[in-house]
Amino acid sequence: MKRVLILLCLGLMVTFGIAVAAGTAAMADTLATPTTIVRDGVTLTIAQEKRAEVIGNKLRCLVCQNETVENSRAGLAKQFRGIIRRRVVRGETNEQIIAFMVKRYGIFVLLKPPLIPLTWLLWFSPAIALLAGLGVVLLARRRTAPGPEPDLTETERARLKDILS
Amino acid sequence: MIPTLGHFALALALAIAAAQAVIGLFGPMLRDRVLLRTAPALAIGQFLMLCASFAALVWAGVVSDFTVKNVADFSSSITPLFYRVTGTWGNHDGSMLLWCLILSLCGAVVGIFGTNIPTSLRSRVLGVLGLVSGGFLLFTLTVSDPFQRIWPPPLTGAGVNPILQDPGLAVHPPILYTGYVGFSIAFAFAVAALIEGRVDAAWGRWVRPWTLVSWLFLTAGICFGSLWSYYTLGWGGFWFWDPVENVALLPWLTGTALIHSAIVVEKREALKTWSVLLAIATFSMSLCGTFLVRSGLLNSVHAFAAAPDQGLFILALLALTIGGSLLLFAFRAPNLATSGLFAPVSREGALILNNIFLCVIAAVVFTGTMYPPFVDLLFGQQISVGAPFFDQAVLPLTAPLILAMAVGPMLQWKRAAIMPALTKLWAGAVIAVIVFAFLLFRGHAIAALGLAGAAWVIIGAVVDLAERVRLFRVPLVQSFTRLFTIPRASVGAALGHLGFGVLVLGIAGMTLRVHTVTVLHPGQGVDLGGYRWVLDSIAPVQGPNYQARQATVTVTRHGKLVMTLKPERRVFTAQKVDTMAAAIRTNGVRNLFATFAGEDNSGGGEFQFNVHPFAPEIWLGGLIMALGGAISLSDRRFRIGAPVKKRLRKPAGSATV
Amino acid sequence: MAAPSVSRRLMLGLPLAVVATGGIGFYALLERMRSGSYNPQDFNNPLVGHPAPEFTLPGADGHQGFDRAALAVQKRPVLVNFFASWCVPCAGEAPFLDKLAQSGLDLWGIAYQDKPEALALYLAKYGNPYRRVASDRSGRVAINWGVYGVPESFLIAPGGMVRWHVAGPLVPEVIQRQLMPALRRLA
Repeated sequence: MKRVLILLCLGLMVTFGIAVAAGTAAMADTLATPTTIVRDGVTLTIAQEKRAEVIGNKLRCLVCQNETVENSRAGLAKQFRGIIRRRVVRGETNEQIIAFMVKRYGIFVLLKPPLIPLTWLLWFSPAIALLAGLGVVLLARRRTAPGPEPDLTETERARLKDILS
Repeated sequence: MIPTLGHFALALALAIAAAQAVIGLFGPMLRDRVLLRTAPALAIGQFLMLCASFAALVWAGVVSDFTVKNVADFSSSITPLFYRVTGTWGNHDGSMLLWCLILSLCGAVVGIFGTNIPTSLRSRVLGVLGLVSGGFLLFTLTVSDPFQRIWPPPLTGAGVNPILQDPGLAVHPPILYTGYVGFSIAFAFAVAALIEGRVDAAWGRWVRPWTLVSWLFLTAGICFGSLWSYYTLGWGGFWFWDPVENVALLPWLTGTALIHSAIVVEKREALKTWSVLLAIATFSMSLCGTFLVRSGLLNSVHAFAAAPDQGLFILALLALTIGGSLLLFAFRAPNLATSGLFAPVSREGALILNNIFLCVIAAVVFTGTMYPPFVDLLFGQQISVGAPFFDQAVLPLTAPLILAMAVGPMLQWKRAAIMPALTKLWAGAVIAVIVFAFLLFRGHAIAALGLAGAAWVIIGAVVDLAERVRLFRVPLVQSFTRLFTIPRASVGAALGHLGFGVLVLGIAGMTLRVHTVTVLHPGQGVDLGGYRWVLDSIAPVQGPNYQARQATVTVTRHGKLVMTLKPERRVFTAQKVDTMAAAIRTNGVRNLFATFAGEDNSGGGEFQFNVHPFAPEIWLGGLIMALGGAISLSDRRFRIGAPVKKRLRKPAGSATV
Repeated sequence: MAAPSVSRRLMLGLPLAVVATGGIGFYALLERMRSGSYNPQDFNNPLVGHPAPEFTLPGADGHQGFDRAALAVQKRPVLVNFFASWCVPCAGEAPFLDKLAQSGLDLWGIAYQDKPEALALYLAKYGNPYRRVASDRSGRVAINWGVYGVPESFLIAPGGMVRWHVAGPLVPEVIQRQLMPALRRLA
């Protein structure tokens, strides 16, 4: 009973802590924030800005190649961000905007490689590795599992009788 | 004078390493007692020489001796003293010397503390370490020499890279290298065991402490690296799946698998071949990592300047070390005796599951990191494999690990019943479900899964420890004292799992982050995450070797001041580079993160504000894991070594583990 | 214990085989890096093998501007070179561009995000190897060409198809190893 109570208290504390954190995050949407925001020379609504950020985070900055277009401070990335936002405001879909970038720079600009025959090995590597791992385990088990005991020969049986009697 | 002496000491170290290799490996064959005892002395000698060499390089940096090319290229007289010292390893050649120093330290430590290992095995281990050391010393002396001199010396040095001018530089590389290089000991044990042709339970017992030491340093090193990247690069993230980050993660994954499989070798004499392979693989990953970083093959912000010639030398070293050890493995491993049957549901089964998934994750990370160069080589097509791929491919694979992590320690060896173990974890299951439902209801699906998993693991670890101290089944005082009498390895393991749970908590919390980018003039403010962020002023500030524009941002909540953040934009005079210094404040369960990108013509500053829930837990979790490793190390059973005909010792603590 | 089976030997030799293959791959990559044909930061421009994109640019420095149509009606190959006065490697490749122009190759330059005065100074200082010079002040046209830095050069065949591209300065090595063969293929 005591154990139940203490663990329940623990659980409530953990849940409370998580609720606070989640509430913090959720509050961002409910507080009065300005309805439009100016970013990289383009004025857009919060929803549009969020969509633009999602797109920007999928693209690789080509100058500072280990940052996303969204985070990079390079001039070219700033231009890309402006282009993305202008197109979002114009109403283009995410796919259209990404296609715009891919048409000019190739799939190198995508941080998540598309699923094409070239990347099949990459995308299926978790499954392949898992199968290989399970295969190794099964093979190893079959080897260590002892086979059926061979029958005793006549002389061995006689000897056994001798020992037991 | 001193740099020359340092150079000489380096050459001497190479000679000693060569001797260590020959004597270490041939001594046991000749069964000469004197030779067998020489190897440890040689290892210690090599370490002392490298200490002298490294000290000479540090000294050259401190006094700004610009006749040493390394100092002229990477330091300057106006660099603060702290960075003149720590900047020694902030470049190719200096960091290579640090690598060699730590490699020799590994040998010395085995020589000094490895007294419980049979002399012949220890000699072989030191011989292998001598070989590896020798190879890297040869590389350093010929191609990557930090003691190259130039005459006449330049008047000023080029200066330390501004991004590296941070206390993190003092901490991250040495700790990370200790982790990387430390696995050479486990590697040496594996190769020595293959040479001897015998892997038994004692091998598992001996290998584990050395693996734990390297593992705990690697965990801490990766943790610090992530923390450094978080607060220094200003992007508010902690892991980019950058190729260099990945090559640090790979030995960590296989090293964790090794710690777990070594337990099975020790307890049940099973998984021997596998553990030997893992030990070889982990150090191979470390070597691969250093190769990839230094050759410039991978597209990474972290990589040193591309040096294909150095890369070829290291590739040759790799071919000899990895190729040689795997060749030995191919010939000797088939003869290793296997034994130890167990049912799928058992402690061994759980450990095998752990190993499978850790190695699958390692395989995926390796594939993803190496895919772009190999696709370019084979098909001439360039692709990018970035964070979105790794997140999508790797995170689902952690789910079985998280589930098994709480259950595994509850299972018995050889054959276990799953239901009793699960029943003990009822509290964890209940809380995980509550947390999951709560967050899912709020619309945060990924955070729901992550936080539920974190709760499951954390409570599982707590329950594991509670079971071992028989909490509530014996008087509380007795439980408390039991905490100190049960094997420290179990406390360490529980702490390690707890740390991982906290890490998952942090990562899941970060998926709930909010941010905004805005232009503010003094007096203006914006609302984010329940706080009001107001720009007070922007003023110039002078640093030791930089000038900065510092913005003062006041953060309030319901009118009450929470904190003041002072993000800066710094311009370093020597290198004409500017960086952003983010301002971060934490209250233990969430971070407030502000960056100041610069000012526009009208006097307004461009700011990015972030609220990161549970961010501190990411690194807290890492540190708890490292602490768990350290506590495990203090288990006195590791100090009980080779079986000798002596008085019987009483078994310590409980019978399990 | 019985002698290990063949399958066990093969399985235990597998790690070595995998590592050996990887090692050969690494070696090939390193060799390519040394010869300059592999650079992890480089990536292919998708325009190669396709027509030049639609664009119109005003002239610069008293020169006449040009557009895609002008490019397409050319009877000889044209090398379109994106450059800028503020770009250090561009100044480095200027003498080699001069030599190319003298050897008879048509060079058309596009000044990327450049101011007229700075551009005029640059051309006066390093010489003007271009038959035509256009100005892309905003950089939008460069983006349509898939340019991500300067200097970059495109070889346009008569008719307007892009046949070759390089991101980086036209140093003698690049000219010998890549541009000359590409020109020969067009002839």
